[in-house]
Amino acid sequence: MNKLFIRILVIFWKDMLTELRTKEVITSVLVFALLVLVIFNFAFGMRADGMEFVAPGILWVALTFGGVLGFNRIFAVEKENSRLEGLMLCPVDRAVIYWGKLAGGFTFMLAVAIVITPIFLALFNLPLFLPKLALIIVLAIIGFAAVGTLFSAVAVNTRARDIMLPILFLPVVVPVVIAAVKATVPVLAGKSWGDILTWLQIMIAFDIIYLVVATLVFEFVLEE
Amino acid sequence: MNEKNKASSSWAIEARGVTKLFGDRHALRGIDLRVSRGEHLVIFGPNGAGKTTLVKILSTLVKPSSGSVWLDGINIRDKPVQIRRKISLVSHQTFLYDDLTVYENLKFYGKMYDVPNLEQQIHEVISWVQLESRINDRVGTLSHGLQQRASIARAVLHNPSILFLDEPEVGLDPHASNMIRDMLGSINAGNRTVVMTTHNLERGLELGDSIVILDRGKIVYQTPRSELSKANFQYIYDRYTEIGK
Repeated sequence: MNKLFIRILVIFWKDMLTELRTKEVITSVLVFALLVLVIFNFAFGMRADGMEFVAPGILWVALTFGGVLGFNRIFAVEKENSRLEGLMLCPVDRAVIYWGKLAGGFTFMLAVAIVITPIFLALFNLPLFLPKLALIIVLAIIGFAAVGTLFSAVAVNTRARDIMLPILFLPVVVPVVIAAVKATVPVLAGKSWGDILTWLQIMIAFDIIYLVVATLVFEFVLEE
Repeated sequence: MNEKNKASSSWAIEARGVTKLFGDRHALRGIDLRVSRGEHLVIFGPNGAGKTTLVKILSTLVKPSSGSVWLDGINIRDKPVQIRRKISLVSHQTFLYDDLTVYENLKFYGKMYDVPNLEQQIHEVISWVQLESRINDRVGTLSHGLQQRASIARAVLHNPSILFLDEPEVGLDPHASNMIRDMLGSINAGNRTVVMTTHNLERGLELGDSIVILDRGKIVYQTPRSELSKANFQYIYDRYTEIGK
């Protein structure tokens, strides 16, 4: 168990080091997400009335579609120079590769969210300190990373991988996106934990389902 | 276990009836192959003969549509993780990460293989491939020849007992190709079994103890190297492959 964990960390370390040097994923996702926020900010202006109902959709459009961009690169980098074959030759279960790549994808998305969420809150004149929103973002990104990592591996072996990933990814993560949007509305309106509990439970349930199913099917995805 | 499904552990590699279908196209048709421990087998064949597919199946990267493969007497379907500890693959693709240094790449693969005394082992293989002066350079800044040397270092880092070489000289200039050939010639340390595919008849004959010609997914010719003369091999190759038909 300990050795499995170390190898997951080794893959994660490799992805972090590569990303720190290239900044390919974080830069593209960040620029895209910021553009979405700015465009919607211009479209809706700074109207105070009803903003808490519109703003959640804007945040989650930015994170969801930014995620599609980011997850496209997760396995694309392994396809170049046949590095995926190098990984597949390593004496580890395929699930270790999945969890290592998932850890990287989760971290990239979390880094993007840490940057854009305060900008989003400032642009839409909302309170900056929202721990409930932080939890919603973490739970949603776990779901995104679980599905995005799996489908990134599927899409990378197709010719139209840039188109394939959103087609596969978006319908499957819809429950998490809906739950995240629905949970964000009461949070921005200053409601209590009790008002978002159901949505948090839904996100946790879907995260678990995604993680378990993706771990089980990843071997077949990689080898077929 | 059914007697038919058992492999003799005296062979380093044993394949029985290996077939691979991609859609309705046969890439391999009933391959039977036995390679002794320490033997150097060279597989020749024209493009599309199935050489790479066969190496990918033997190295656990691709599952056969039918048939079985044993490495060191272990069925690769049953214990793929255990098998992967014993094998390695060098192809014309290096499997290395351009944005990591040679050292970081070796450290990554070394940790994945859980190589004992990793630092010492890295420096030993780097010294062997004569890349000491470039160990801290990013792989993307190296020429293809130097990258291929780093790739050979990666492949032998965990001291595999079976090494697959899938056209490792593709894309190299003659000088780099000669250097790689010399390295591959000396790779037999520790009685390592080597299976190599190549188009280069002359180089292949230099390195092989036994020769196989593959054509359209089938083994059409197989012989020990000692029973073959360099002079008539081109004739045999042309005769047994589609080039000669």
